[in-house]
Amino acid sequence: MKCTRCRARAEVQLRAHNAGFCRPCFLFFFRRQVERAIAHERMIAPGERVLVAVSGGKDSLALWDVLLDLGWDATGLYVGLGIGGYSDASRARVEAFARARGVPLRIVALEDEEQGLAVPSVAAATRRMPCAACGTMKRHYFDRAAFDGGFPVLATGHNLDDEAARLLGNTLRWQTDHLARQRPVLPPTHPKFVRKVKPLYLVSEYETAVYAFMRGIDYVVEECPNAAGATQLAYKDALNRLEATSPGTKLAYVREFLRSAQPAFAATERGAPTECTRCGMPAFGEVCGFCRLVLEVERKRARTAPARDAVATDGPVAPA
Amino acid sequence: MRVHLRPQQRIVDLDGRRRVGALLAELGILPGTAMVIRGDLLLTDGEMLEADDEVEIRAVISGGGV
Repeated sequence: MKCTRCRARAEVQLRAHNAGFCRPCFLFFFRRQVERAIAHERMIAPGERVLVAVSGGKDSLALWDVLLDLGWDATGLYVGLGIGGYSDASRARVEAFARARGVPLRIVALEDEEQGLAVPSVAAATRRMPCAACGTMKRHYFDRAAFDGGFPVLATGHNLDDEAARLLGNTLRWQTDHLARQRPVLPPTHPKFVRKVKPLYLVSEYETAVYAFMRGIDYVVEECPNAAGATQLAYKDALNRLEATSPGTKLAYVREFLRSAQPAFAATERGAPTECTRCGMPAFGEVCGFCRLVLEVERKRARTAPARDAVATDGPVAPA
Repeated sequence: MRVHLRPQQRIVDLDGRRRVGALLAELGILPGTAMVIRGDLLLTDGEMLEADDEVEIRAVISGGGV
């Protein structure tokens, strides 16, 4: 196969674009897609500092890399989830990336924030799916870090496959409140929120992986141990089967939703949030979703602590 | 040929030569869900793999929650 732009040997075949690219032309194509998304959706204004949420995976590190390459002032934010060796490996990749490029990185470790806030223990205590607990906690710390750091923009590495899978999930259950907020730019609805942007929203997962590979980015290839059986993976598999039969399906699905249907859902969006009485961050209700989670963990701990104490008290007495 | 599957950390040995697209189909891997890497180069579906080649098939799909 030959490169669509320069006729050299192609390394990448993109069926959705009916194109093949050699390495230099793919990198040019990738950068241009991101550049256009940022400009077209007015994601970042000239001179604005960007906080990039990075996990150590291909998407977020590719995003950080391309933003730096395009000349944006981009600071990394890593939220350590406390998922054993997986989190250790992720953090090491992010730190190495920042060190090699001499760029600023902020780190929040959940287990250091409040006792028992590592994702596995929160999921166990609240009997939620780990991914659900993880998402709630990450969003809270992303919002807080962006606000505390004075960043006007928070960028995440959501790609086309993420957006298509999310859209499928939202439409299968007609989650209109979620559809109202599914767009590549979310303007702040509260003084403590910042603008949230997804510069990779039209770039496929395959393209971000190829970009990371070609740029020599050392990312975590291993999947999060908690993701096994996650619904999002089932949606992605279904969409990839459709894509194999009809290339371009995912791109058309997300693009047409945003063009034709999303504005109608956006019109039904609930009003501005108030402030959480516990942490002071924006909330729809008395307390925010994150604090509801923390309160559940605390209640669980309060219920189990007396039992643990009783066992300790009633245990065998050491001989004098 | 020897095929290293990541992140599964599995190795598959196959006899004979075949094109990349045929290898992916044989292993039940959908197009666009994995990169096929030989040395430091990526391969497209039409590339021929020889019997003594060693390649890595690296999945690109990740998921969970956001």
